[in-house]
Amino acid sequence: MNAFDETAANKFKSYLLMFCFSLVVIALGYVFGYIYGDGSPAIITTFMTIAFIISICMALYSYYNGDKAALSVSKAYLANRKDHAHYINSVEGLAIAAQIPTPKIYVLPDQSINAFATGRDPEHASIAMTEGALKKLNRVELEGVIAHEMGHIKNYDMRLMTITVVLVGLIALLSDFFFRSMLFGGGSDNDREINPVFLVLAIVLAILAPIIAQLIQLAISRKREYAADATGAILSRHPEGLANALKKIGKEHLESKTATKATAHLYFSNPLKGGFWNNMFSTHPPLAERIRRLEAM
Amino acid sequence: MNSLTIGILVAIGVVLLYLIIAYNRLVVLKNRIDNAWAQIDVQLKRRFDLIPNLIETVKGYAKHEKKVFTEVTAARTAMSNAHTLPEKAKADNMLSSTLKSLFAVAEDYPKLQANQNFMMLQEELAGTESKIAYARQAYNDSVLMYNNGIQMFPKSIIASMFNFTQREFFKAEGAEKEVVKVKFD
Repeated sequence: MNAFDETAANKFKSYLLMFCFSLVVIALGYVFGYIYGDGSPAIITTFMTIAFIISICMALYSYYNGDKAALSVSKAYLANRKDHAHYINSVEGLAIAAQIPTPKIYVLPDQSINAFATGRDPEHASIAMTEGALKKLNRVELEGVIAHEMGHIKNYDMRLMTITVVLVGLIALLSDFFFRSMLFGGGSDNDREINPVFLVLAIVLAILAPIIAQLIQLAISRKREYAADATGAILSRHPEGLANALKKIGKEHLESKTATKATAHLYFSNPLKGGFWNNMFSTHPPLAERIRRLEAM
Repeated sequence: MNSLTIGILVAIGVVLLYLIIAYNRLVVLKNRIDNAWAQIDVQLKRRFDLIPNLIETVKGYAKHEKKVFTEVTAARTAMSNAHTLPEKAKADNMLSSTLKSLFAVAEDYPKLQANQNFMMLQEELAGTESKIAYARQAYNDSVLMYNNGIQMFPKSIIASMFNFTQREFFKAEGAEKEVVKVKFD
């Protein structure tokens, strides 16, 4: 598939997933409200509104401060023209191609090859690359990686993921409320008869929902990664640059010293090493598939 | 008011709304082209300004390579005399290829290659050339989106109503496509 269609297709899939997400949230809220409350719309709405407000507050905080947090946790330092002239020129050039303002440019002290971009919109964006990447990648590969990150910024991915996180948080909160209410004597004043099957279903839902939510979030993240690969290819006009950088990363076996589970999703390729759970719940699609799609562009 | 009247008013409202949205969209696309053009200009000027320093630095080590200096200077002058889009495109291509020749010549002088100022200029010029390429790309992308916008139906109607005309691309002309001849004299 060519790069333009890839971008569009993956963006579409991520919106589809967001839609399913919202359906899950609504269904959950309804089911719990029905069981916990006396089935009236008022209780259900109140229930969902409170959970929603809490999620929004958390999200707003991360939306406005997330980039500073991500940068300081990973020990990023500002790039300078003396040591990083080529890196800075490349970022500036690609920002021109993407028709967005030049992001703030940082370097990460890691020796593995990696990069991330953060920022709620193109006007408030930052891009960071590891020292390892700057040393080990050639010009075309470096520009490929930068273009990928620029793609994330241009596609407003941080904003999308923040919304997704709101919804995940919302689902987790709803499930939590539900369980607490069951433990501390749920049921209502009316002592309505609730079908036990329905109750069991609700409990199962409460357990599964947060897991399903996580999986949807990760699926969205992976689609956005493919989209960023494609947008990056359009910007740099050299998909092989990014493909070759990914191949180099594949050969590396260094694990990052400063990435944590919290910031892993931002990185260019999964900075946390293997392990069954890390791979299954990965924020990034498999390298081989990314390379295959890039080479088909 | 009966429902027919309401229906008609709603329909008119929808059409008007569409007209406004479509018109504004075309304005945005058109302005992006102008912005992209301004970007090209900024980078062209930057390269223009770097060249005298480059010529002086190289002359310091390779005084005898007169031909290449003359070519670069001539191309630079042509650049300052270019004003329309096709003129600038042609001048840009010529300047790029003369600079390539200059750097090719400079490779014969190891002391020059090691000079800090030269290395800095080389990186800056390479960066600027790259940025010019990206700026041209952004310009052409904007032109494509705009031309698509005014040609596709139904925006094409609004485009002709308000005189949105097709824009031209920044093309690579013959000069750039010529292989740079390397001389061994």
